[in-house]
Amino acid sequence: MSENKNASVTLNTIRSRVAGDWESLKQKTLITVGSATCGRAAGAVEVLESFRKEISRLQLDASVIEVGCMGHCYAEPMAVIYHPGFPGICYGYLDQGVASRLVQDFLVEGDPCVEFALAATGPNDYIPTFEDFPRGTVEQKHVMKHCGFIDPENIDHYLAVGGYQGLAAALSMSPDQVIAEVKSSGLRGRGGAGFPTGNKWELCGKAPEKTRYVICNADEGDPGAFMDRTLLESNPHLVVEGLAIAAYAAGASKAYFYIRAEYPLAVKRVAKALEQAAQCGILGQSVLGTDFSLEIEIFQGSGAFVCGEETALIASMEGRPGLPRHRPPFPSESGLNGKPTVIDNVKTLSHVPFITQKGSQWFRSMGTPGSPGTAIFALAGKLVNTGLTEVPIGTTLSRIIYDVGSGIAGNQTFKAVQIGGPSGGCLPKEVLDTPIDYDTLTRAGAMMGSGGMVVLDEHDCMVEIARFFLDFTQKESCGKCTFCRLGTKHMLGILERITKGQGKPDDIDLLLELAEDIKAGSLCGLGKTAPNPVVSTIKYFRHEYEAHINEKRCPSLMCKDLIAYYILPHKCERSCDACVGSCPVEAIYSDEDRIKVINQEKCVKCDSCMVACPPQYKAVVKVSPPDEVVRKEKVEQ
Amino acid sequence: MILTEEEIREAAEKTREITAGCDTARGSLIPVLQKIQDRLGYVPAPAMEEAARHFGIPAVDVYGIVTFYNQFRLTPPGRHRVKVCMGTACHMKGGNIIMESWERVLKIKVGETTPDREFSLERVACVGCCTMAPVLVKDETVIGKMTPTKVDGMLFSHQLANKKEGVPQ
Ligand SMILES: Cc1cc2nc3c(=O)[nH]c(=O)nc-3n(C[C@H](O)[C@H](O)[C@H](O)COP(=O)(O)O)c2cc1C
Ligand code: FES
Repeated sequence: MSENKNASVTLNTIRSRVAGDWESLKQKTLITVGSATCGRAAGAVEVLESFRKEISRLQLDASVIEVGCMGHCYAEPMAVIYHPGFPGICYGYLDQGVASRLVQDFLVEGDPCVEFALAATGPNDYIPTFEDFPRGTVEQKHVMKHCGFIDPENIDHYLAVGGYQGLAAALSMSPDQVIAEVKSSGLRGRGGAGFPTGNKWELCGKAPEKTRYVICNADEGDPGAFMDRTLLESNPHLVVEGLAIAAYAAGASKAYFYIRAEYPLAVKRVAKALEQAAQCGILGQSVLGTDFSLEIEIFQGSGAFVCGEETALIASMEGRPGLPRHRPPFPSESGLNGKPTVIDNVKTLSHVPFITQKGSQWFRSMGTPGSPGTAIFALAGKLVNTGLTEVPIGTTLSRIIYDVGSGIAGNQTFKAVQIGGPSGGCLPKEVLDTPIDYDTLTRAGAMMGSGGMVVLDEHDCMVEIARFFLDFTQKESCGKCTFCRLGTKHMLGILERITKGQGKPDDIDLLLELAEDIKAGSLCGLGKTAPNPVVSTIKYFRHEYEAHINEKRCPSLMCKDLIAYYILPHKCERSCDACVGSCPVEAIYSDEDRIKVINQEKCVKCDSCMVACPPQYKAVVKVSPPDEVVRKEKVEQ
Repeated sequence: MILTEEEIREAAEKTREITAGCDTARGSLIPVLQKIQDRLGYVPAPAMEEAARHFGIPAVDVYGIVTFYNQFRLTPPGRHRVKVCMGTACHMKGGNIIMESWERVLKIKVGETTPDREFSLERVACVGCCTMAPVLVKDETVIGKMTPTKVDGMLFSHQLANKKEGVPQ
């Protein structure tokens, strides 16, 4: 292995090509615009264009580049301006007008327009930094540190911030030493189950068969999670580096990215990263000048949730329908084409370069003894600040929801947080102060899963969310196990009945009974965890089920069949026609006093009138059960 | 669905072009089908038969793959594809209301194409923009914070643009 000592030397040679370090890139005026999918959906492409147009119109010496997402998705489109003499300043909620104005006022006239600033990227006297906010005290960014700051399509940027040093460090060790380091770091898989990563690599590394594979699982199928997408779109080289280290440790010379079909931008950026890394000699015949060779290819998934499960994933790469199979043998012993195969999640692999570079002790200094390190969560739903965050494992839910997410939007109250997607559960406010790790979450009835969190407020119906997930798992069940295929269908039928107000008194017990059977009778994690959303909502929100079944009432006013829209006559400002215009089916008319009335027969319950009614009147309300309308009408008369 | 002679010929021809540069390992089957769908917009029967011949496997195995995976279409898509996100975050913020609005204005159900083949309506599970919920993807563009009124507006501006270009309605 003496040759491998040269990996760092080779890396330094490659790095010397780069114009300089990251700091020196910012000596000149530089504008970075977040253009990951979240930014694009908010209009980042137009903002980018405005910056470019304005700079060329004024003939300024400034460059504009595209970067990924720094996790503050709520404030997209975002940009950071580095202008000599100023700290880097991050602006949010941009549009084309503000972009042009920033160029004129800041770059030409020297006024940084602090009214549009979110935070500064470094300490200074007048604008607080991200670290100064409550969020900054909870977050610990390592994996996400450079996301949203560097150009994901430019390897020079990654090299400038110290990229590929973890790979160089790994190559200076023997594969066994790398495995030992990862094992002693206590890193657990971030793809859901939390299996110790080092053990998996060791099993593969010890296999007698020499043709081995390593696969990065980027199938992110949880419908409400977007951590893996953001990482791949914002810093693909970090994942490539982690995958290369895993391949080295497990003794594989071929590795794959398995990326979900719905993520075209991630595919594009990873492809570019692979191409650039190969050009620099970081991948290919001789990785960083050593005798380790590695080729990495992309395989695109075809839209089946179950293919996130490792044995189904392998089946689909072999050109077969994605049906999971019984384990053991584990993929580490017999995987792709029957060869030993390591499969790791995007986030798991992203932690690896830091472990080989900074050591397992450093990694263990964060998180809990049983689950060291940091975890990335995607925050969505009824939060003020939705987006991505990286916090030490063991942080409480309330710190994530209130300090990072800034609490519930629109002055509503917190009801529950859904964690772990279709395999997870809904946790109520009583659980908010539990430090979360793999084990506490499982005990509470949810699951770490992938790290997706959807926060729900009092307008969200717990029966409906359980029905939503069952509908999802029932459609995505591959059909191999009878209990999963038919059991989920049966459960879904019962839940549909309940949300329509046709529930029967013993439905709750029947659901719990079916849940036990499905868990026991299913082969893979899909079936084993499919009942979790139902069981956890019954455990914590049984009263909501009972209201649907016994009173035909949806307490959260969400289940369509159990609600009606009603315009309060005494609140209706007669001369206003906003609701009439907004109704897509012409169900609203004016009565003889010009008070607006909803024709319940025609109403499709689309919510438009409620949105259209000006906030100073708030005349449109929802009632449940629907015949509440008749009662209200009588009272008004 | 009945295909015209022209469509059958085109499907087989394009498939042969794609398989020509490809090995016959079974692992290449799904990437080949993905390429076919990229080129044709869907995977018709003649393409499946052609692919089966190339890989030396029964056509029914190819059909099994095409129907197992959600990504593959058996019918041609519309010229514009509207995909409404039905992920968790979008659902809780009214994704189903957006879907119903499209069904109402286009007069088709999810999974169908309008008779003039102008629009097809699909569902997707989370496109990773949950923070902009409810979300839809029109062709390749992600549009966030949808409302039923925005649906009406999108259709209206589409018809307006067509009128300008002189496309018959
Ligand atoms: C139904 C089902 C879906 C899954 N989906 C994913 C997924 O989308 N991404 C992922 O990384 N792991 C997923 N997994 C977990 C994988 O089977 C596997 O445990 C994981 O890729 C291992 O990587 P890790 O050790 O890095 O977590 C899924 C498991 C099941 C049962
Ligand atoms: S749930 Fe719709 S984009 Fe994620």
